[in-house]
Order: sequence, then structure tokens, then C-alpha cells
Amino acid sequence: MAIYLTQESKVLVQGMTGGEGMKHTRRMLAAGTDVVGGVNPRKAGRTVDFGDRAVPVFGSVAEGMAATGADVSVVFVPPAFVRAAVTEAADAGIGLAVVITEGVPVHDSVSFTAYAKARGTRIVGPNCPGLITPGQSNAGIIPADITKPGRIGLVSKSGTLTYQLMYELRDIGFSTCVGIGGDPVVGTSHIDCLAAFEDDPDTELIVLIGEIGGDAEERAAAFIRDHVSKPVVGYIAGFTAPEGKTMGHAGAIVSGSSGTARAKKEALEAVGVRVGRTPTETARLALAVLEGEA
Amino acid sequence: MDLYEHQARELFEEHGIVVPRAEVTDSAKEARGIARRLGGRVVVKAQVKTGGRGKAGGVKVAADPAAAEITARQILGMDIKGHTVGTVMLAEPVDIESEFYVSYVLDRAGGGFLAIASAEGGMDIEEVAATRPDAVARVPVDPAEGVTPSKAAEIAEAAGLPAQSVDVLVRLWQVLVREDALLVEVNPLVRTAQGRILALDGKVTLDDNASFRQARWGADAAGPADPLEAAAAAKGLTYVKLDGEVGIIGNGAGLVMSTLDVVAGCGARPANFLDIGGGASAQIMADGLSVILSDPAVRSVLVNVFGGITACDAVAEGIVRALDTVRLTKPLVVRLDGNNAAQGRAILDAQRHPLVEQATTMDGAARRAAHLATSA
Repeated sequence: MAIYLTQESKVLVQGMTGGEGMKHTRRMLAAGTDVVGGVNPRKAGRTVDFGDRAVPVFGSVAEGMAATGADVSVVFVPPAFVRAAVTEAADAGIGLAVVITEGVPVHDSVSFTAYAKARGTRIVGPNCPGLITPGQSNAGIIPADITKPGRIGLVSKSGTLTYQLMYELRDIGFSTCVGIGGDPVVGTSHIDCLAAFEDDPDTELIVLIGEIGGDAEERAAAFIRDHVSKPVVGYIAGFTAPEGKTMGHAGAIVSGSSGTARAKKEALEAVGVRVGRTPTETARLALAVLEGEA
Repeated sequence: MDLYEHQARELFEEHGIVVPRAEVTDSAKEARGIARRLGGRVVVKAQVKTGGRGKAGGVKVAADPAAAEITARQILGMDIKGHTVGTVMLAEPVDIESEFYVSYVLDRAGGGFLAIASAEGGMDIEEVAATRPDAVARVPVDPAEGVTPSKAAEIAEAAGLPAQSVDVLVRLWQVLVREDALLVEVNPLVRTAQGRILALDGKVTLDDNASFRQARWGADAAGPADPLEAAAAAKGLTYVKLDGEVGIIGNGAGLVMSTLDVVAGCGARPANFLDIGGGASAQIMADGLSVILSDPAVRSVLVNVFGGITACDAVAEGIVRALDTVRLTKPLVVRLDGNNAAQGRAILDAQRHPLVEQATTMDGAARRAAHLATSA
């Protein structure tokens, strides 16, 4: 069953005709994603040939949805146009919009995540690798061939750490891997994914990857304590990272947390999450938990 | 990017927030003339992007223009928590009756902005929040609505601020939105004995992602960078200089941070953070390697790449290209996995370079690089 994305998902690509859009649409198709159309008002009516499949270009998300029944959009447009692209997708009533674009102004993210939420559209990202349900569908830029379908659910801020863990645990495989993005404001949180994995019968164990900054991991820990019965294994990056830019006095007041890797690790361990010291050790912990319960 | 106090002051003034008269200079001699223009008696304030200036002696009152020159000479060049004072701001003194705190800050958890306000300004607001949480009001702002006069009145009321601060709260929100700021803070906002409301000191953090539509603050506004960091930035690389001896290159911020941790876990210290990003080309890899090799503190180099989008053969080509242009004097440990890893490993094997070795796992590569750096 997986979460958010299945083989039934029909995917539009906003910005498909750009360089990144073309490259990754080809990869998504190769991974089995049902890409039903691209969106570009200046190229509406054309089709783009991807070898096995000719993909039509629509003038708007609404047109694309009406013609194809699409329920997912992957957004590759440049940072200055993301807000308009997501607003359009939400207005059209799409269920899920995955924003890959890096470098989106935070004021725009604040605005379009609130707008989409009010209209029932789930946003993943921005500045994220997207999500993959191995063997079924891939919405974004996660490499599809480094793992296989299985029973682990993964949620992570970081793209390459997601790939590293997918690869380390390739023999077990994954239900769905979600790269939620590393920006301060993102549409889908660790908690959203934990809740979805808890309800997903295909997921037996959850791997949660976090990194320094903010307090998303601390809040995830509180959620795990109260709402997650499945085993969770964690990894936190950034123990030796230089002290980043702080947000003045006000930042610490808002989060009530120092945002350090140590604070996050301790918060997770306090609610019974086993936290690995390296990605490889994290994979071993996940394996041990699954074998112990088999 | 954090702005200097005088830049924040300039923004506030442009948006109609009353600030004390002030001028900036890097010359003690000029300070004398500025003090004369401002009426003689002035406050001389070091312009550094760090807190605790007052305690460090970076803020002093000068009684007359001659004293202003002497004080400016003392403060210019001073080191405050590793920041060298390059400029001072001279401001007219203000007759303070009471001090308040107001800010708008990004609230990650809420996915929006929060107004934070307190009638107990001037001091460390974190301490006020910790010891007397009731004295600090936190009011979420709907991004679609913004701060209207009635919203500002709600914030002022919640914090116990005087009615005159409503106008400041509305204008401060305009600064946040129009300048694409992630933080605007006035501390203290003061009421003078004459009943005027002034922003005495401020802090503004701008969103680097929005620089494409906020061109007014050039790269120099960010202040002097480490020369290696500047060289890396010029090549489009994210590089942060650290104190250790193992040079580190990887792809993706999360994996690079993780690599730093794993190296530290092996008993060595990372010399830097360097992220070549997703989809890195051979040229980017070569540029990254030459930046790291130019750091004299580096004793071994670890390249840790998991090819998702990045093709490992391009990374290997980049290493080969770097070896052609830079003479390698330090051992290089390379771990390639993922996209085209086999091709990448073969390219490096074919080089048979005596200082280049490959490792099959991330942990093994980190152990080897740490060993080479600490035993050499």
C-alpha cells in the first residue's frame, strides 16, 4: 500500500520541458512512474517523446488533471516561479505536489504551504529529493535502482543520506522513502510521515533521519512516544558541524531547543528510538530490530 | 545573511520607523566631525554581527567630538568574539524612559511567522523568556493577512506595550515582508522622556534564497569571509573552514555532515565542510579538490560520494583532472557508491596514483583517512 504514492498515482510534471524536468521525467518513467503529462503554458498542445512514451504538454495543471485524471504533481520550475506553480496546482485541487526546486524564498514557502493546506493539497518539499515507493512509482529525483520494495518506511531531511540508507538496507527494501527537504519551512513534516507509516500495513519499521537545526526531531520524538507503536530507528547528522547561523535571540525562544545533534539524539533515545552513530550502524540497528522480531 | 546594525537602522528608517540620528565611519578622524554634526555628545557603537558588544567594550558614550575620536580609535580594530571591528556607528544619545522588545521571527514548527513582544526590553530577552515566560507574548501571524493595525493592537495588548507601538509593529512587518527577512528584531524599542517611540537597536536577518529579487545588499554586505571560503564561493561550492586535519568532500549537505561526524568518531578532526552538490560535474569535483589541497592544515583528504544524481564516473574524472593541475602531496581516500560507481572506481584504478586509494564503505574510508592524517 505504501504512503502518499502508489502505482495508481498519475503524475504531472510542472517544468517538464526544462533541462532538469526532462532529465528527471526520463528517470521517473524508467522507474515505472505513470507520468501522464507535463505543464507549460507556452508549450501546450505539444508532446515530448521519451522513447517508450510520448508525454503530452498541457497549458495548466487543471487542464492536465481534466484530461488525464492526474493526482500528483512534481514541480521543477525555477525558484522565482515555484509559488505560482504550487498555487496553481492547489487551485486545481491536486492531491499531492512534490516541490524539488532548491533555493525557494522562505516567504514564498510560508505562503504556498499555508495556501495548499487550506485547500487539501499535500506539499512535499521544497528543496527535497521527492518520494519513492520502490517498484511502484517515483516522484522526484531519488535514484530508483539502489533499493527494492520492502517493509521499511524512511523519512529524511537529507537527500544523499536517504540514498545511503536505502542502499545500506537494499536487501530488506522499502515501502516508501520520503525526502521531506531541508528548508526551514516544508509542507510535510517528520510527524506527518510517522503518522502515515504507523497506519501503513506495508511498513514494519521506520527509519527517521534528521540533522542539526530547528526542533523537528524533538517534536517527532514526542509524537513517537504518544502515537507510534512500530519500531523506529534514527540517525542524526551534524555532531561536528560548525555552529550555523543563528536566528538571533528570538529563534531559540520559538523552538525552546538548542537544535544541536546531541539534543535531537537524546530526545529520540528518551522515547526508545535506537539512534546509530553512523549511517552504516543505523542500518545494522534496523536489521537487528527486524530480525529480532521476525 | 545578517545585516549590520547600521544597515538594519537604515531599513527601519526607510519604512518610517523612528530611529536616532546616526552616521557610520571606518575612520576615527571622521568620527570627530560626525559627533559635531550630531550635537557633540554621542554613543559610539562597534558594528559587528555578534551579540555581547556592550560587555566587550564595543559601545561607549563620548561626551564631545574630541572624546568621540579617541573612543572610535579604541573601538576600531577591536576583536569582539573573533569579529574585527571595521566600522563604528555614532548615534545621538536618547533620554530613555522605558524599554520594550519586539520582533517577528520565522516559526519552523508553525510554518509561518511569530510576533514576539515584551514590555521588558533592553535586557537579554532569552533570559526574560526563561525566568518569566508570562512577560513575553508570542502571537502567530497569518501570512495571508499580515500585520494590520488591529493585529498590531492585539500584539501590543498581549505584551503590555504602549499604544504608540502599534504603528511600529505594522511598519516592522512591512520591513519583514518587503525585504524578505527571516528575522526583524528591535531591542530595545524605547519611549523617551518626551514620549517619543524610537528603535534604538535592531537586528535583521535576510533570506539568502530571495537575493535574486532583493539586489540592494551586495555580496560585500555579508562582510569579509575566510579567503578559502571566498575562493570556494567564487566556484559555486559550499565550503566551511574548520580546525582539523582531514579534508572532506562529499555530495549533499546531510552526507557531508555525516562524513564529518564519522571522521570525528575515528579520532581525527575534519578540516572543512565541502558540499559539491547534486549532479556535480568533473569540473566541480576538480575545483573542490584544489580548494582543499590549498589548505596547509590538511594532512589527508576523504572524498565520500554516494551517486544519486551525481555520476561517480564524473567524480572520478574530476579527481583525475585535479591530479593533472594540482600536485598531490597528501594522501587521498576515495569512496564511491551508487550511480556509475563501478566505472568511477575503474577510472581511479587505472591511474595507479601512489597517493590515491579507494575504500568500499563510508566507515572504512573515514577510518583510513583519519589514520593517514593522525599517523603521518
